[in-house]
Amino acid sequence: MVSQVTSLTGNGVADWVVQRVSAYVLALYTVVIVGILLIGQPGFEGWQALFDQTWMQVFTLLALLSTCAHAWIGMWTIGTDYIREHYFGSGADGIRLVYQVAVVLVLLVYLIWGIQILWG
Amino acid sequence: MQVSVYRYDPAKDHEPYMQDFDVEIPGGRDIMVLDLLEMLKEQDSSISYRRSCREGVCGSDGVNMNGKNGLACVTPVSEVTRNGRLSLRPLPGLPVIRDLVVDMEQFVDSYKRIKPYLINDQEPPSQERLQSPEDREKLDGLYECILCACCSTSCPSYWWNPDKFIGPAGLLQAYRFLADSRDTATEERLAELEDPFSVFRCRGIMNCVSVCPKGLNPTRAIGKIRNMLLTRAV
Repeated sequence: MVSQVTSLTGNGVADWVVQRVSAYVLALYTVVIVGILLIGQPGFEGWQALFDQTWMQVFTLLALLSTCAHAWIGMWTIGTDYIREHYFGSGADGIRLVYQVAVVLVLLVYLIWGIQILWG
Repeated sequence: MQVSVYRYDPAKDHEPYMQDFDVEIPGGRDIMVLDLLEMLKEQDSSISYRRSCREGVCGSDGVNMNGKNGLACVTPVSEVTRNGRLSLRPLPGLPVIRDLVVDMEQFVDSYKRIKPYLINDQEPPSQERLQSPEDREKLDGLYECILCACCSTSCPSYWWNPDKFIGPAGLLQAYRFLADSRDTATEERLAELEDPFSVFRCRGIMNCVSVCPKGLNPTRAIGKIRNMLLTRAV
């Protein structure tokens, strides 16, 4: 049975605010990266110098955390809409659990891998 | 023109099917879909549908016409017919009782959840609770809802979670009481709505606005409820 227990915060207002704020962070990050690409191809040294700066590391980590939170809220919504008894029969709850665990694992891999790239 | 009608009688049909009718509209007039249904009923008296006022006031004859929900009595046939064909189906998402008649219990339960009545814990005045013209104006675009269910049954979020997401019709009425200056239960009402399903399952696709036969805007009302919930939370 679908319930709110596995939602990010368990509260609609908090989830909604997190989704909006994370969207702004990701939009800003996209603008910065696209801006850098438009100005000119930085090359390996250029990218390395950029990502060595503390502000860029913090900004990137913020974007990674935003990706995780934003994606979880969205994917949780999709799962609780579509992975349901009327499509999948009595096994829907089990399938949804596998789906949710898979999404969490993928997002954690993104986060840990991202941190390793930034400070590894 | 050819009219295709969804037929299902649980007493004798294993599963629903579409039945085709050839209809000649007399004098080439542009009649309403309800008139068309009445003509079909003359051909086959077993066709079932709800109807009452036949002028868009009672909200009984909500049906799905060529894929779009609306009231049969105020929808001209010319507006919904495509290439001389018209398919009539029951409102989507609700259990079918027979043919175009749906079981509205789930919809009414969603409506009950928002406590659709004025709550005021203050001493009742001797005559009536007064309201300024400005406060009364805030109810325009909300109180006109006739609960025909065209909006909620066109909303995918309501199809997937009809027991948890209140749906556009219920939420329009929820805001109607939240916006009412005479109602004192704002806090209790908002507390009932802050979970991730009741209001926040609305993804803003605005099917409700596109089908409302009264021209109302549930999406705007849902946005206002969201703002009230946000203001209350921060």
